[in-house]
Amino acid sequence: MNKTVSPAALVVALIMGALSTALTVGIWSVVHTLSTPHVLEVSIPRLLAIGVATGLLWVVLRERLGGRYRYSWAVGALMSGPWFVFAPSLSPGIAVGAVVAFAVAGRVTAGSLRGIPAHNLRQDHIEELAVRILRTGALVFFVSIVLFPFLFMISSSFKTRAEYLSDPLNLGFSLSQPPAQLFNGYIEVLTRFNFGMYIFNSAVIALATVVLTLVPAILGAYAVTRLKFPGRQLLSKSILLIYMFPAIVLVIPLYSVFTQLGLRDTRLGLLIVYSAMTIPVALYMLRSYFQTLPRDLEEAALIDGLSRFGVILQITLPLSVPAIASVGLYVFMIAWNEFLFAFMFLDSPGIFTLSRGMIMLDDQEVPRQFLMAGATVITVPIMFLFFRFQRLLVGGLTAGGVKG
Amino acid sequence: MKKTYSSLAAREARLAFWMLLPAFTIVAAVILFPVVANFWLSFKTVGLGDLRPPTATVREQVSTAPEQPGDELVLVFRMRNSSRTVPIQRVEVQASLPPGLNPVAIPEHWQLDDSTVTRVYPEGWDGGYTEDIEFLFTVSDAFFTSDVDPRRPTDPQTISRARNPLLSANLTLENFRFVISAREFWTVLRTSFVYPFLGALLSIIMGIAAAQLLNRNFRGQGVLRGLFLFPYVAPVIAVAFTWVFFLDPFSGTVNTLAMELGILEQPISFLSERYYRVELFGLTVRLPLALTVVILFDAWRYFPFSFLFILARFQAIPDQLYESADVDGAGHFRKFFSITLPQLYGVVTTLFLLRFMWTFNKFDDVFLLTGGAAGTRTLPIQVYDNAFGRANIGAGSAAAVILFVLLALFMTLYFRTIREDIDE
Repeated sequence: MNKTVSPAALVVALIMGALSTALTVGIWSVVHTLSTPHVLEVSIPRLLAIGVATGLLWVVLRERLGGRYRYSWAVGALMSGPWFVFAPSLSPGIAVGAVVAFAVAGRVTAGSLRGIPAHNLRQDHIEELAVRILRTGALVFFVSIVLFPFLFMISSSFKTRAEYLSDPLNLGFSLSQPPAQLFNGYIEVLTRFNFGMYIFNSAVIALATVVLTLVPAILGAYAVTRLKFPGRQLLSKSILLIYMFPAIVLVIPLYSVFTQLGLRDTRLGLLIVYSAMTIPVALYMLRSYFQTLPRDLEEAALIDGLSRFGVILQITLPLSVPAIASVGLYVFMIAWNEFLFAFMFLDSPGIFTLSRGMIMLDDQEVPRQFLMAGATVITVPIMFLFFRFQRLLVGGLTAGGVKG
Repeated sequence: MKKTYSSLAAREARLAFWMLLPAFTIVAAVILFPVVANFWLSFKTVGLGDLRPPTATVREQVSTAPEQPGDELVLVFRMRNSSRTVPIQRVEVQASLPPGLNPVAIPEHWQLDDSTVTRVYPEGWDGGYTEDIEFLFTVSDAFFTSDVDPRRPTDPQTISRARNPLLSANLTLENFRFVISAREFWTVLRTSFVYPFLGALLSIIMGIAAAQLLNRNFRGQGVLRGLFLFPYVAPVIAVAFTWVFFLDPFSGTVNTLAMELGILEQPISFLSERYYRVELFGLTVRLPLALTVVILFDAWRYFPFSFLFILARFQAIPDQLYESADVDGAGHFRKFFSITLPQLYGVVTTLFLLRFMWTFNKFDDVFLLTGGAAGTRTLPIQVYDNAFGRANIGAGSAAAVILFVLLALFMTLYFRTIREDIDE
């Protein structure tokens, strides 16, 4: 067995070692900086140098250790030694953190070199490594850009002005303060700024929209898929077209007409607009679903003397429960999140939805903490629904392509 | 036999009609009708204040008050048209005199029957019409003993007939002239194209990358897929405010981090600076800063949309294609560029057009981030600003018509493209 390591493999090992270590320890320092009051600075050149050493050490030791990954933790932890030499003043917490971070870095380095031989390096191995680097980079990139704003929102909702001004980089917050102080933002927003009532209003309007959308959409979708009538083709095609009509073109005429009819500053007015906006896409999604249901059953029931509405109620609807739930959730989400019409139509605080209520908080006088508490209050229910019913909602999203 | 069949078909068509009626009524009233109404309003001079029909108002004022029976009472009617611009077709003013109030002289054109004074204006009142009329009375005992309010003794009423200003047929092209000749119009138009173009492009590129990342089975794939959809399902108002805060020049995380790392020397006001000068190889490049941030926000918020569709498309690519490529010895990159990307062509074109159109008429995002300031003004913001900021419904509608016509062009393109897609 050839135990020599080729130069190319050494180069590969040192590159992967440097990248893995820089990434792992870098993440640790960022997480540490964002979650504690202290800024943890790490010198990138030193980190790369240690990473190079880790990579080389691992590739040399790998075969002697029988390629077992549990040793890579130890190799990594060992490499925290050089870092301590140059490290600035250390607290015990940082020291433990550093050992753990470097141990993980060792394991990541080993993982990044998995399946790459120490000799006979072929082009596809190099490509495999490039793909690993890209994938890891992309993973870190997407997870951080997606999570950061939400972490920022939640953390800011727990911090007073003095707290966040003293250290804007710190996303952590102290859990040791009394609950009344910690949740001050939420308490103020829910009581003084009436968000309790706005939650109720939003929920009522969103639920009513679901009903007022589903009933016409189910009837319409059934007619389009199961009944023959002149103009059916044309209607089928125009459903999607109507869905493309932009809200901003509708807002001025609706504002004018609803003002004259006295519907503008009312829940009913908003409800009508929301239903109209979601009926086309709900109809489209349900139509696609009804087309997949077998006709035989319905036809047999019709021959047995069941009426059309009997068929819909006793056969079609029970078979469509998942699709209807999916459409309903999606309509609820649109109505809950809607901003433009709530903003334009509602003037009376008594009937504000959460989106409209948030605008009241957008004021120099109102601390950022309250605004972020409000943002969390409006986001959490929709996130809960999303996670609870993720499969249904994703089905709805792909079937209808939520307009956004 | 044929008759039965056709009556059966007619019954089916009738049933379909009734089942479609609720959906059709709501959509016709709230979507189709407003689009037409928008065209109508764009040719009219209508302000925000004209939305209610004008009314004739009369306020009475006692300018000389009596102190004892026999004294004089001078009463003034202050009459005006509530609208400055819209005329009232016919006005009738009526006031009833309480007991003890005896008219000395009745002004010209006014009539006295029993105890009622009336005046009819058959020609109506023009917009902005005002008139003060003085009546002279003497009072007797009954005036003081009755329960009449001595400061408002006659309680005048009006009957007026005015056309609804939204319905009158005086049409004008003034609104379009106003919109197009506005100094910033061409800049707005350019921004309206740049923003959705780059926003759609970036969100699709990110969508492809994210889908490629999750297009294989590993632990945590489901959680990551849910996580990647976060920006898309969260309410726009919550995430927009969050972005505003972490980009804040004084307390935002981004500025603090960039300064801590030595990337920036001074904090940047990301959302209110039109240009940021960057020195590149001795050249000064002006980066449209606020616009870039708004585009990045859109890419962030909508990449999950592209991601979902592209992931679904990935999973529909037949495995044999990759297997035969493996046999040919193709590497990862070769497979991506020669198999995956060509397979995405259809879905990416459709997604691009869809995202372009939706971003083109998106109002919320720009409005909440910058309010249209610092070079981020797009057509939807212009619509809102004309109609509600400047209280000019007509000019707002004209901007909306321009937006709608442009959108109709894109829609034609879109439906032609997806039809070709289906034909293939």
